[in-house]
This record gives sequence, C-alpha cells and structure tokens, in this order.
Amino acid sequence: MAKKLKGSEILIESLKKEGVDTIFGYPGGSVIPFFDSLYGESINFYLTRHEQGAVHMADGYARSTGKVGVCVATSGPGATNFTTGIATAYMDSIPLVAITGQVKTSLIGNDAFQEADVTGITRSISKHNYLVKDVKDLTQTIKEAFYLASTGRPGPVVIDLPVDIQMQETEFDYPQQISLRSYNPTLFGHPGQIKKALKTIYKAKKPVIISGGGVITSCADKETFNFAKKIKAPVAATLMGLGGFPAKEELFLGMPGMHGTVYANMAITEADLLISIGCRFDDRITGKVKGFAPEAKIIHIDIDPTSISKNIKVDVPIVGDAKNVLGQLTQEIDQNKLPKISSWHKKIKGWQNKYPLTYDKGKKDRIMPQYIIEEICRQTKGKAIIATEVGQNQMWAAQFYKFNQPHHFLSSGGLGTMGYGFPAAIGAKVANPKKEVVVIAGDGSFQMNIQELATLTTYGIAVKVVILNNNCLGMVRQWQEIFYQRRYSATPLKNPDFVKVAQGYGVKGIRVKKKTSVKKAIKEILESKESVVADFWIEEEENVFPMVPAGEAINRMIGGMA
Amino acid sequence: MRHTIQALVENKFGVLARVASLFSARGYNISSLAVGETQDPAISCMTILVNAEDERILEQIKKQLYKLIDVIKVIDFTRREYIDRELMLIKLVKGKNQKDLKKVEANKSVRVIEDKKDYKIIEICADKEEIGDIFKILNKFEIKELVRTGKIAMAK
Repeated sequence: MAKKLKGSEILIESLKKEGVDTIFGYPGGSVIPFFDSLYGESINFYLTRHEQGAVHMADGYARSTGKVGVCVATSGPGATNFTTGIATAYMDSIPLVAITGQVKTSLIGNDAFQEADVTGITRSISKHNYLVKDVKDLTQTIKEAFYLASTGRPGPVVIDLPVDIQMQETEFDYPQQISLRSYNPTLFGHPGQIKKALKTIYKAKKPVIISGGGVITSCADKETFNFAKKIKAPVAATLMGLGGFPAKEELFLGMPGMHGTVYANMAITEADLLISIGCRFDDRITGKVKGFAPEAKIIHIDIDPTSISKNIKVDVPIVGDAKNVLGQLTQEIDQNKLPKISSWHKKIKGWQNKYPLTYDKGKKDRIMPQYIIEEICRQTKGKAIIATEVGQNQMWAAQFYKFNQPHHFLSSGGLGTMGYGFPAAIGAKVANPKKEVVVIAGDGSFQMNIQELATLTTYGIAVKVVILNNNCLGMVRQWQEIFYQRRYSATPLKNPDFVKVAQGYGVKGIRVKKKTSVKKAIKEILESKESVVADFWIEEEENVFPMVPAGEAINRMIGGMA
Repeated sequence: MRHTIQALVENKFGVLARVASLFSARGYNISSLAVGETQDPAISCMTILVNAEDERILEQIKKQLYKLIDVIKVIDFTRREYIDRELMLIKLVKGKNQKDLKKVEANKSVRVIEDKKDYKIIEICADKEEIGDIFKILNKFEIKELVRTGKIAMAK
C-alpha cells in the first residue's frame, strides 16, 4: 500500500514527478498548508511582490525553455491577480499550470472571505481548469493539467485547490499514463492534404512563408529552415514567430503586418502562394482582410483546427504539429517539379533595397530608440534573451533586434499586456542563468510591475532593464498624433526618478541622456554581473514606422516608403 | 440560418457552463439547448440549435465546441436525415370553444394530462414545425402558463 500524504504534500510530490524544479508565487490564507509543505523542499521557490509578477515569471520561464511554467497564489485576490497573466499565456499558447488556493469546500459559494469563483473567471482565458473537490482526484488532476498544458496547442491550465483538500490525507500514487477520450490532438498532416499542398507549391512562382509562434512552440525552426531553403521561399516571421527563422538569412523578410517591413507586406500582397506555419492570422498581421494576400493560394499549417479559416479563408488546411507536417512536406517534395523563381527573389531584393527598415539617424543630440536596440543587438551578438513590454518599445525591439534563435524573444503578442516584460525576463533569467537577459521597456509599462525589482534583489537575479523613456505612453501618443490631431489625452507621464527607484530597491541605476554615451552605457550594462536599470531619455515624439493604419490593407503603409 | 448540432460531453460538473460561456464569449447565438444523460451515465448529450450566418461560422462553432476538453464528439445534423422532438406543456383556462379544443386534442402528438374544473394541462410532443402549428391554434385560447423544452434530435 502506498504511503498516506496530505493534499499539500501530494501536490508537491506530484510537481516533482512532473519534473518541476521552480515555482513562482505568493502566499495567502488558502495556501498556507501548501507553503508549509514546501518548507525545506528541494523545489526552488521565488517569492514575488505581486501575483501578476509570479504568473508572468512562470510564463517567461516557459517561453524561454519550452517547459511548463508553474505559479501559485492564494484564493480571491491572489487568484484574480493571476488572471491577466493567465489570459496573456492563453493568447500566446504558453504552457502554464497556475495553482490557486480556494476557500474550504464547505464555504464555497457562501461569499466567504477571499472567495472568488476561479474556475468561472478563468474559463474563457485558460485551456482548461479544475476545481478539486476530493483529495483522491488530486494526482489525476495534476497529471491531466500538465498533459493538457504542454500538448496540442499548449496553454495555461488552472487548478483551484480548496484549503481543506490540501489538509486531507490519502494514498499517494502518481498515475504513470494518461488518456483522455475527448482530447486527441492531430499531430501529423493528413497525407491527402500534404499531396494537395505539394501540388499547390509546384504551381507557385511567388511563394511566401509566414512563420508564426507555432514554429517556436513546436521547436520546428530547423524544419522551417530546411523547408524554406528547399522551396526557396522567402520567410516572414510574425511577432510571436521571431527567432523561428534566422534573421541573418537572405530569405528573411522580417515581420509582416501593422508595423512590419515594407518588403514583407509587399511580398505578401503580391504573392501567389502563402504558406502559413503556426500563425493564426491575427488582425495585426492581416490588416484589412480583403486586401490581405489577394492573389495568393493559402496553405495553412496549424495544430488547432479552430485557427484554420477563422480569419482568412484557406485553400489547403493542414492540421498537425508544425514540426511533423514540415518534415512530411520536405520529405515528399520533388525539387525537379519546383518552378524557377529567381525573378521573384529579384523583385523582393528590389523592395528590400528600396524600402529598408530604417529611422532618422541624423539627429545629433537626442537618442533614437532604434539606435539603442541596434546597439544592444550588436553588443550581445544577437544572442541575448530579449523580453519586451508592450507598445513602441515592443515594436522597436521586434524590428531592430535580429533574432537568430527561437525562445529568445519574449513578448505579449496576443493580449498585449503592459507589465509583462520585466517579470517575464526574471522568469527567463531564472531558467537560463548563463544567458544575458535584457528587458526593453517603456517608461509606462515598466511601472506596471516595477515592484518586482525587489524579487531581483532578494534572489540576486541579474536582469538588465533598458527603459526607452519618452515621458509618455508612446504608442497611444503616436495614434493621437497621427489620427487624433495631436490631442495628447492622458498620455503624458510624470515619471519618478527611475535611477533612485532602482537604488531604493538595491538595484544599480544609470541614466543616459546623450547619444554619444549610448554605446558605453550599453557596454556597462551588459558587463555588469548584477541587475541594472538604465533610464535612456529618448527622442520623445519618435514614431514606430512603417505603420498600417487600423482597418487598412497591409500594403497601404505610412512611413518607411518615402 | 438555424442549425441543429449535438455535442456528446463528459457528464461532469461545470461542462454546461463551459459550453454556455463558449457561446457567449464568441458571440454565437443559441436558440435552444437540451441536455440529458445518454445510455452511458458518464456521457451527456447536448442538442443545440444555433444561428449561424454562414457555413464558416457554423464550422467555427463546431470546431470551438470540439476544442473544449470535455467535449467528446460533435455531430452536425445540417446534412443528415434526422428526427427531432420538442415538448411543450400548456395550461389552458377552460372557457368556450371546447369543441375546437377537442379537434386539437385528437392530434396524435397532443395529450391532455390534467383536466380540472377550470383548467387543462396539455402536453404536445412533436417536431418544431408541428409544435408551431399546434401552438398557433392553442394561442386562440386563454393560456395561463406555457413551458417548452429545447429540441432533441437523433439521426435516422
């Protein structure tokens, strides 16, 4: 007979069985038994300063490793503080297991102290969720949660665990295998669809590949590379897909969409074949749907059938795991049947030369944010893990840092969560202590989870925070400038002294005001063995260009085409 | 257009809420819903009548439903032959025109369940169309109360 353990001990033993060695979280009344059982355990626990910080850290941990991130919070406000992070992970298909305490079962539904209907609240922002009402169901629930979080199209799974269940005892017997009759993701492409796709490819003279977040999730970067090389198709990578195809490659088109490169958007608009790999055709990619790839046949590879023909009508859908499907395609392709497409390459080269991604480099005094990113990219040799906040900082990082490896760009793509980047970077650094981890932040978004500076100091985690400080909420200000006659409503920010704030938390802070000091400052930041908060005072009215106005076709860009 | 779809789901706590919140979160319109156990007590069957503007939205609804972890199977009756039934109970105040009422009661799908001094409870079990026709006639009488179920369906 197996040993009897308390629910909280079962939880910890089960997490160990799942290979969990790191948890981010925050205690509270309903998780005291869990924290008691954690005391002295081998699992590394990181106490954050806000539950939202914990869930984003688990997310950053997951994105940078591909492993499941784990976070724990108490019931009620602890759990509701998790929701933004759970929704962030859900939109970007990030594997998380979020564990929340719940009031004791006899009190559920009574509006008890710190009670919230967590399964109700998280239903539409998680892949699945559980309320554990019997300690005997706990191991099965945990096994299922990890399985669901990490397979198929990954996502966050919530386990709501009442405090009395944590204290009840039962035998600990962790299930070896799992099978859910209602959940069977399709992993390989249907052979018929593969044949159809190949026929379509053989006819295409102007192919373009869009490489999405699915390529990163599926670890299909090598397969994407081989496939693209074989059919000689240029590759555009979405925000979520950056790093899935090396930016240094000649076939690379950069990012398409709202703030994409002119040449990526032009290529998609003129393409006669679009092969989407793990991209769900978000509105930031497509712009006006009618004007999106109007000439192209579309092959759509995605593990989630609901992504197919949701936003864009697809000619050849292939449901399956990108890694497998690309393997199937590459293996079966007959190179003799591929048409010559050198004129297409020439045309793209022409666009690349005519409309390069650039900015005003002539400004003498003020620091251009793009220059900072370029310099960080140069000095880290494109090998750092870059986390971003949301807004202009995010777009500049995506445009000007050249990613050559997957799992190195952490950004809230779908939900666009300000306050994501800094804690995500902490999670990534915990998972990759030997790697350089840099946060590209805005002065607005950094303040949304600035309290996590305390987490850095507590555990001696070295994360480099680069604030592109323009004293405003830059992206909204940009829209106001272009579409609202410069009526800067609620966008100017009266900021604290970030250097002093950092120092107050025990973190080194520096300020950079001159363009001529940028290189040296970045060297200093990168050479530091400890965390640094660097406050760069940038050109305040600098905009992110090119830009496709909302609702326009993606070849109707402003900026970047002059 | 209205479509009848059926979802076989795990007979577990909270599954109905998952289905209902999926429809509301994605802006799909349910016009009726009927849930009940199947021959396997671990499986429930939901028959859902949905409004879908076009084929693409119907496809999305089916795929989104199937994506729910607790949904085992989704069946679309749009291109299938099937029978369907709804149940309606009507409490009528007794008055004049009892003769006309007798005509209705002669219908195979209609049953008088209660016949009291001042009211009658009538049960109608038929497909949607027939229920509609019978209701049109009964609506001429004084209706005190009316309840009806969602539609259930079975492929032939």
